[in-house]
Amino acid sequence: MATLQSLDIRRRSASTEVPPQVRKASVEVAKLIDVSKCIGCKACQAACLAWNDLVQPVGYFDGNYDNPVDLTPTSWTVMKFTEIEKGDDLEWLIRKDGCMHCDDPGCLKACPAPGAIVQYTNGIVDFVSENCIGCGYCVKGCPFDVPRISRVDRKAYKCTLCSDRVAVGQAPACAKACPTQAIYFGSKDDMIVHAEKRIADLKSRGYQKAGLYNPPGVGGTHVMYVLHHADKPSLYAGLPDDPKISPMVGFWKGAMKPISLAVIAFAGVFGFLHYITKGPNEVSDADERKGDELAGGQTNSRGRS
Amino acid sequence: MSEDKNAVARYTTAARINHWITAVSLILLALSGMALFHPSLFFLTNLFGGGQMTRAVHPWIGVVLAISFTGLFIRFFTLNFWTRDDTVWMKNLGKVINNQEEGLPELGKYNAGQKLVFWGQSILILLLLGSGLILWDVYFEDYTSIDQKRLAAVVHALAAIGAILIWIVHVYAAIWVKGTLRAMTRGTVTRGWSWKHHRKWFRQEVGKP
Repeated sequence: MATLQSLDIRRRSASTEVPPQVRKASVEVAKLIDVSKCIGCKACQAACLAWNDLVQPVGYFDGNYDNPVDLTPTSWTVMKFTEIEKGDDLEWLIRKDGCMHCDDPGCLKACPAPGAIVQYTNGIVDFVSENCIGCGYCVKGCPFDVPRISRVDRKAYKCTLCSDRVAVGQAPACAKACPTQAIYFGSKDDMIVHAEKRIADLKSRGYQKAGLYNPPGVGGTHVMYVLHHADKPSLYAGLPDDPKISPMVGFWKGAMKPISLAVIAFAGVFGFLHYITKGPNEVSDADERKGDELAGGQTNSRGRS
Repeated sequence: MSEDKNAVARYTTAARINHWITAVSLILLALSGMALFHPSLFFLTNLFGGGQMTRAVHPWIGVVLAISFTGLFIRFFTLNFWTRDDTVWMKNLGKVINNQEEGLPELGKYNAGQKLVFWGQSILILLLLGSGLILWDVYFEDYTSIDQKRLAAVVHALAAIGAILIWIVHVYAAIWVKGTLRAMTRGTVTRGWSWKHHRKWFRQEVGKP
């Protein structure tokens, strides 16, 4: 997406400038995906392609209903189907995969291009494509394996949470298109209240482990799931049980940056101080005489080459 | 350039060209790499035609460096094996830094500091090449997992900082020890310089070991 929107920015990648803060903080939004109500029709996928002017090239059949098989630079949401057999019982878990819009986004932390990734005050994490340099650091920063680099323009793409629609008071295209209302959109507080009702309902139907997926390891997310098996999120096509920004990314993008520059600057300063205190190491006339003596007046037989 | 009959040949023209290709590519790599390492240095991408161009061109300069440094390695590795004299020299590093080299062992073509620069850069450039290929998504995205790429990013950054520090030592030594730089610009050094800094090598050069 572009930044020509009426949304204020809370965080901006690779930037030290203080973001604008005068306007009253907007309400934090969230998308709530009720996995238990999803029928796997893929209307959300179609709506996403339509609204965002995307065309997913024809792929290949991988033996299940996932189409395409995984997120791509043009498919920012994909239904992931998981079959779980328990004796004679078959449970079909369908999860709408896509960007989770973390409150502490690993992609934004990893991004080296100023303003290529922004987080709006309403919580949406957005890629600003014209600033993207295609390095793929966001892929390494993301705990959910969401961003995809296009082979066409070497830029990163992912779900925008329809930031352009949200900016003008509309719900995301996927939520609008869902025929079973498995996708809700509203303020994050409202979504949590609604999720609690859904979870109580699921528990009353025998899903004792039903719960809300709003992982604290990434500060909570602005896309949340109601799961019937909230004790094991990884059942749902590998949804991380306890997602966190990798400590390697934390070190690389945290302590290492200032320490490295300080050490390099120190080395330069040390050299300068050494030169002005100890002075240059010069060859004395005595050394030259000794050198001539050793060479014994002979010219260098090899000459210059 | 005038022929100086008293000069001692230290580097051939080919070795000097090899060195300067390595030097220029290392500096360009440091500038483009630092641009993507720290946000406050992102402005350095302007030297390379913007962020996208920097991202695209950095790995190719790395290929030039890897090939060029391999040339230097093949030329010089036999001269950089560690000896007992090097250990003695290192124990007296404090004296060396204070410009008091009297009484230290006579040295061959390289002193222990130069050897450490050589081996340090050899190891770090190997690490940079390996981790750099893992991070070169345009061609090698599909060969490694995301966790392996994360590790490669950390290794690449740490190795680069190490290489830059060694580069600072290398450049400063050439500024500090007068008469050294001409070995890489003109290919020769003076007899006095050879006597003072690399006497054992000098004896071999004049055939009086």
